[in-house]
Amino acid sequence: MTAPEPLLTVSGLKKTFDLSQPFLNRLLSGGGRRFVHAVDGVDFTIPRGTTLSLVGESGCGKSTVAKLLMGLSRPTAGSIRFDGHELAGTVAGEPPAVRRQMQMIFQDPYASLNPRWRVARIIAEPMKSFGTHPDPAARRREVDRLLEFVGLSAADGEKFPHEFSGGQRQRISIARAISTKPEFLVCDEPTSALDVSVQAQILNLMRSLQRELGLTYLFISHDLAVVNYISDWIGVMYLGRLVELAPADRIFAEPQHPYTRLLLETVPDISMAHRDQERPAGEVPNPITPPRGCHFHPRCPLANDRCRSEVPEFLARDGARVRCHAVEEGRIASFPMRKAG
Amino acid sequence: MTLLSVKNLTVAFFGRSGTVNAIEDVSLELEPGEILGMVGESGAGKSMTGAAIIGLIEPPGRISAGEIRLEGERIDNLPPEAIRRIRGRRIGAIFQDPLTSLNPVLTVGEQLIETIRTHLKLPREAARARAIDWLRRVGIPAPEARIDTYPHQYSGGMRQRVVIALALCAEPRLVIADEPTTALDVSVQAQVIALLRQLARETGVAVILVTHDMGVIAETADRVAVMYAGRIVEVGPVAEVLRAPRHPYTSGLMASIPRIGPRPEVLPQIEGAMPRPHARPPGCAFAPRCPHRFVPCTDERPELTGTPVRSVACHLTTEVPA
Repeated sequence: MTAPEPLLTVSGLKKTFDLSQPFLNRLLSGGGRRFVHAVDGVDFTIPRGTTLSLVGESGCGKSTVAKLLMGLSRPTAGSIRFDGHELAGTVAGEPPAVRRQMQMIFQDPYASLNPRWRVARIIAEPMKSFGTHPDPAARRREVDRLLEFVGLSAADGEKFPHEFSGGQRQRISIARAISTKPEFLVCDEPTSALDVSVQAQILNLMRSLQRELGLTYLFISHDLAVVNYISDWIGVMYLGRLVELAPADRIFAEPQHPYTRLLLETVPDISMAHRDQERPAGEVPNPITPPRGCHFHPRCPLANDRCRSEVPEFLARDGARVRCHAVEEGRIASFPMRKAG
Repeated sequence: MTLLSVKNLTVAFFGRSGTVNAIEDVSLELEPGEILGMVGESGAGKSMTGAAIIGLIEPPGRISAGEIRLEGERIDNLPPEAIRRIRGRRIGAIFQDPLTSLNPVLTVGEQLIETIRTHLKLPREAARARAIDWLRRVGIPAPEARIDTYPHQYSGGMRQRVVIALALCAEPRLVIADEPTTALDVSVQAQVIALLRQLARETGVAVILVTHDMGVIAETADRVAVMYAGRIVEVGPVAEVLRAPRHPYTSGLMASIPRIGPRPEVLPQIEGAMPRPHARPPGCAFAPRCPHRFVPCTDERPELTGTPVRSVACHLTTEVPA
């Protein structure tokens, strides 16, 4: 028996932005061309009905991956296979039968809802543009059902977005996203603009939706604790590359890559009052001029000459994948892990 | 001697549709060298409390009741010129975004030297030496060279270190730090938290740390004040409040924070949302969301009661003898 094909398979995905000056300016100032490799060869798969989270600090390329998947930006290279269709060359909305299956929830519920539209119209818009409910009355019934499904009331459809709190607006975004009965949702930091007590409501809603509708999620976040709650798989990104991809429980129990370890060590944690340990130094380098070899080597306690010159491969290792020479060579065993308490 | 004492502070905003109290009846005390965390959701009044202490409430808002004392002296009713001299000299400020807190057209050194000379009346050479010293203390590498560069030549984390140096270089007694790490990445945030704690210990400056992040509070503060709908609902030593919260809002909040470790099937959640300032209920503002509400909660507002170290505003803790 072969395993069923994953809903989404991304391989060798790249996105390069050209930051060069115009040709004439380059000629006069003698400057060269400059590129940012925002996404620099990313591979992952997401099995149906599961959640993969991408985590990393600002500038690591996680949101660019989301835009590439949704067709909001064209990949420079690589392939995006969704449910048997290749999407790498297509734009948002094309082909409709496939794109209807993919929807997105954005970070800022204040900016992602049209302030001049009533909520019912906002939620009905995807059904209208994909033609899933051509009859207006049926569409309205569906809007009412969706509103109640996400924990609002049917009467809320007549209101405008400004009449709702941040958490309620994010419920509206979710109702809009699931209105075309998609299989796959890209959620780009959906709770980071919300207050903590409201964040829990939205995370619980997203998990129960997944159970009831069999949804597949790509979840993007910088918050490891949130990611721990929602994910089956976690991918850690650093300067455009995935450095570690592993099942969620594995990555928290046995992080492999030194950057994953650094992230886990530095998360402020309410059970970690007044840690006085040595703080890892350094910051994420400028993505225009990333370090050669392994991008992480200037901050890595295990870096050697090979790390400084040669890009590590993304190697499979007991059900996970890690991009690190030290892990590959077994140099990492003695590396100290975080002490609890 | 108590460094800062705030008593029954209320900040009101006067508008066409009536008066709205942004914060109500806020009382707190701070000892020298102490780090007090102020935590709450957006709109709970934590930043407003900090702004009131530093004298930065702009019309149509004003302090409508209560008093603020710094080292025993009232500072809430001073004329603008007098409060301007206190601000910077005796109370420093660190804000969220390091890019907008620095002047982009002056070098880091010019900004530090100007601040030092305004408040400490030092000759130029001595002020420059002190500025270099401060840059070194906040962990800027090669401060002798970096002092003559501009803010845009620093990374986000380094800029926030400069902002911290600016807030501390006039040797204030108190610093208000409003979300000082929110704009930073996690790995940099940890460095800035550690720096704040170290400097508070070394210089004896007291810090009011305003943040929405319980993790930052846990790692940095000595005591924490939890705010909800404009009022302090619970104050106490960080470890106690985190381990054994007594207000139902605090315990609900603590439970709803996702953690690293074994994950629950369902995350405990508080239903509903915090009421907006103009729609606060007459009794306890948390009552509509509270799973433990009983008779007095909807009509009668609970007072903050307890010792100066640990107090709670909840009928559950006052009506039922422990």
